[in-house]
Amino acid sequence: MSAYIPVIGLEVHAELLTKSKVFCTCSAEFGGGKNSRCCPVCSGMPGTLPVINQTAVEYAVKAGFAMGCDINKFSVFDRKNYFYPDLPKAYQISQLNLPLCINGVVPIEYEEDGVKKTKNIRINRIHLEEDAGKLIHDDLNGVSLADYNRCGVPLIEIVTEPDMSSAAEAKAFVEKVSLLLQYAGVCDCKMEQGSIRADVNVSIMKPTDTEFGTRTEMKNLNSIKAIGRAIDFEIYRQGKLLDMGKKVVQETRRFDDNRGETKAMRSKENAHDYRYFPEPDILQVNFTDEQLDAIKNSLPELPAQRIMRYTNEYGLSENDAKILVANKILSDFFDAAVKAYNNPKSICNFINGELMRRINLGERTRENRAFTAEQLAKLVEMADTEKVSKNDAKDIFREMSDKGGDPEVIAKDKGLLISNDLGKVAEVIEKVLAENEKAVAQYKGGDMKVFGFIMGQCTKALKGVCTPKVIKEELEKKLKS
Amino acid sequence: MDLTAQKIGDLRSMLDKKEISAKELTNAYLDRISSVDDKLESFITVTAEAAEKAAEKAQEIINKGEASALCGIPLAIKDNICTDGVKTTCASKMLEDFVPFYNATVMDKLENEGAVMLGKVSMDEFAMGGSTQTSAFKKTKNPYDLGRVPGGSSGGSAAAVSASLCAAALGSDTGGSIRQPSAFCGVTGLKPTYGRVSRYGLIAFASSLDQIGPIAKSAEDCAIILNAIAGYDPHDGTSSKNEVPDFTAKIGQDIKGMKIAVPKEFYAEGIDDEVRNAVLNAADYYKSLGAELVDCSMPSLKYAVASYYLISSAEASSNLSRFDGIKYGHRSEEGENFAELISNSRREGFGEEVKRRIMLGNYALSSGYYDAYYGKAMALKQKIREEYESIFTGCDVILTPTAPTVAYGVNENISDPAKMYQADICTVTVNIASLPGISTTCGYDSKGMPIGMSIIGKKWDEATIIQAADAFEKNFARQNASL
Repeated sequence: MSAYIPVIGLEVHAELLTKSKVFCTCSAEFGGGKNSRCCPVCSGMPGTLPVINQTAVEYAVKAGFAMGCDINKFSVFDRKNYFYPDLPKAYQISQLNLPLCINGVVPIEYEEDGVKKTKNIRINRIHLEEDAGKLIHDDLNGVSLADYNRCGVPLIEIVTEPDMSSAAEAKAFVEKVSLLLQYAGVCDCKMEQGSIRADVNVSIMKPTDTEFGTRTEMKNLNSIKAIGRAIDFEIYRQGKLLDMGKKVVQETRRFDDNRGETKAMRSKENAHDYRYFPEPDILQVNFTDEQLDAIKNSLPELPAQRIMRYTNEYGLSENDAKILVANKILSDFFDAAVKAYNNPKSICNFINGELMRRINLGERTRENRAFTAEQLAKLVEMADTEKVSKNDAKDIFREMSDKGGDPEVIAKDKGLLISNDLGKVAEVIEKVLAENEKAVAQYKGGDMKVFGFIMGQCTKALKGVCTPKVIKEELEKKLKS
Repeated sequence: MDLTAQKIGDLRSMLDKKEISAKELTNAYLDRISSVDDKLESFITVTAEAAEKAAEKAQEIINKGEASALCGIPLAIKDNICTDGVKTTCASKMLEDFVPFYNATVMDKLENEGAVMLGKVSMDEFAMGGSTQTSAFKKTKNPYDLGRVPGGSSGGSAAAVSASLCAAALGSDTGGSIRQPSAFCGVTGLKPTYGRVSRYGLIAFASSLDQIGPIAKSAEDCAIILNAIAGYDPHDGTSSKNEVPDFTAKIGQDIKGMKIAVPKEFYAEGIDDEVRNAVLNAADYYKSLGAELVDCSMPSLKYAVASYYLISSAEASSNLSRFDGIKYGHRSEEGENFAELISNSRREGFGEEVKRRIMLGNYALSSGYYDAYYGKAMALKQKIREEYESIFTGCDVILTPTAPTVAYGVNENISDPAKMYQADICTVTVNIASLPGISTTCGYDSKGMPIGMSIIGKKWDEATIIQAADAFEKNFARQNASL
């Protein structure tokens, strides 16, 4: 197979975290009993009218700011007309020519062939639209049922320029967009609940070509993995076609997750004519500079700013900062812990070390923790101030993460609290030395190796009384005398 | 005295003075409906029982001395305005059995006023037409001549008011659907400024043009009803937050010095001589009252009908897409899959005129045709608005005929849609420009059929056109319908 350059563009759909739907006051929450979250408006009853949810507009603009977009001060909604039973009005309210946000850029970092790379992916536009309902096909009874709970949930569609050239880049882009949307506070980005999903456009071209090849589109990919596999398969499939002297057909293809293949769904000739036109029921959106500034100023801290804070204010390494920030839940947890105990480096080490180890072992998920940030902070502080040994802190943490609970109580129960009773230390060491006369004699005779053995005996006997450092000092003193 | 022939103000004082009870009044209309509506065919649904109950409730309010202007006043409602628990058909087989479980905002407002709904009146199917002959259920007749149409699409509303089957009625106006039937039936109809009255619950025909408004026996009655139904509605994003004035405030004020523009294109070829003369006579009458007549021109008028039919049909094609027989409405017995089921349901449920407009609208919006049709129509809309703005720099109101002819025979024109569409030339620009317009009777032709004139106002200035219409009505002897 000769070498082709893949050209990839994405359309990422993200559900906004507003309390209510985009054109009515129904709850926009995920789930709920079938058709329990709909009203005459979102179920498309005759005579009803959509009224725009200003929070949804604001969230879409926030997403735009997070992705470095220009905001159109004058924006228009349009109707996209097509018949489908999950769309009760038979049109989707969307935006065609004047979307809320245009001309953004999202920097990505990714690894390719073991090399770390960066790239800027340009955003063509972000527009606001409504989600459709869900169809449930009951093959047993031969009926299809519609659930309109999702109907009218606000969605933004983020459309990129065709700036990506590998599955790795596309995956990194979707991950970065998810992160930005989470930090902007506008989407929870739960792929498994469909709150973020992507359409992928792929074409390939020879390095000598001046024009892009014919593209195909894979719709509704709902995991990062599926996005990567669909792209890889499509690059392979198109390459094979061109190698055989055949042509790629412009069409929509369905990605079959089980087979890892794409299959033709609808060709260009059979593509819908959506007969877009300006939505007459919704007034144009007009922003003043003041309004846009207010939205911009209300934007929470974004990943790049947070990495800066961690490195500049907290003195964390860039790598540590990035690991934390790459997961908002973890990073928020870190911030809460730092609030309780102002030693960011220690807390970062514990989270990136111990907590990440548990997560990577699959014992914990990032979201599911039995303990609070304050409890973790307390544990780290106890280790730092030598109330427990560093090693024992790990044991206490294991207990905390399994069952929860206060680290001090756990340490006490397990007898791991260090009392620093120096009188007792001296007494116990004397006792150990007395019980190990032979070893002491060996040491005094010049066999320094035996120190470790004596030290071990003392540590065992002094568990929970003091740190090994204190034992070592005391022991050395005693042995010299 | 014939109770049912009275205006709202007179009924109000009779009710408040306890000369009649609300129930007696309601029953007087119900009796009249029973006795003549099988000839007139204006009501699709008569809600007699609910009306009597509403009248009893109104009486309690009257007895407490808390009655507002419409308390106990019996009204008819166009059948495209959603009424909670009462069938709302749009005069279409598609919605033959459709019973909304919500009220249009205007219905909530009327109920709060204590108004009494007598029932739902006929119209052209989905408000598409000017004759009420496209109704799937009641092809309403003209009370002045049962062989003629009442106009449309609010033909049921206008005929019922004209024949005194109700004190007044609500209609809706997308391209003349309140004003033209009011002219044909010899009554007064007001199309408010777009955004003045909430459209929530009005089953949409063309969303950017539709507006609910009153049809009544006088301009003053229209003002009383508009007072009750106007105002911002959080359920309609296009309804205006502008302050709502008292629309009766200017009634009776001298119109001396009022500048009335007479745009020559509205009096050109195609307008029936008797109609033109009657409207020009009215203009002279205004002059005799001290008004100043201003010559003006609207060059784009010749494109107005084309522009209107493209915009309204485009919007309608989308608005009517939801009628697929899946959730409500007519569902075909035939159909192996979704596509077959909805196309069969729509084929069976919609009438010819509705299908024609859906086809036209879809065509106008199709890729490759959009710029040539919908795009051009939108550009013309802008042009027409600018021409109105320019005319209004030199006048207070504009005077035109409401329709090129008087009411025609029930079997005329129906087969020639292009001719039917052209008859809307006098009214459509008002909707395109979002302006308020009122039609009142200004004369009768040689056969005794009413002739309507329209007074068009500046945006949000309904009060002035009501004042002007009232000034004419006060000195004009209306001839009652023969029915």
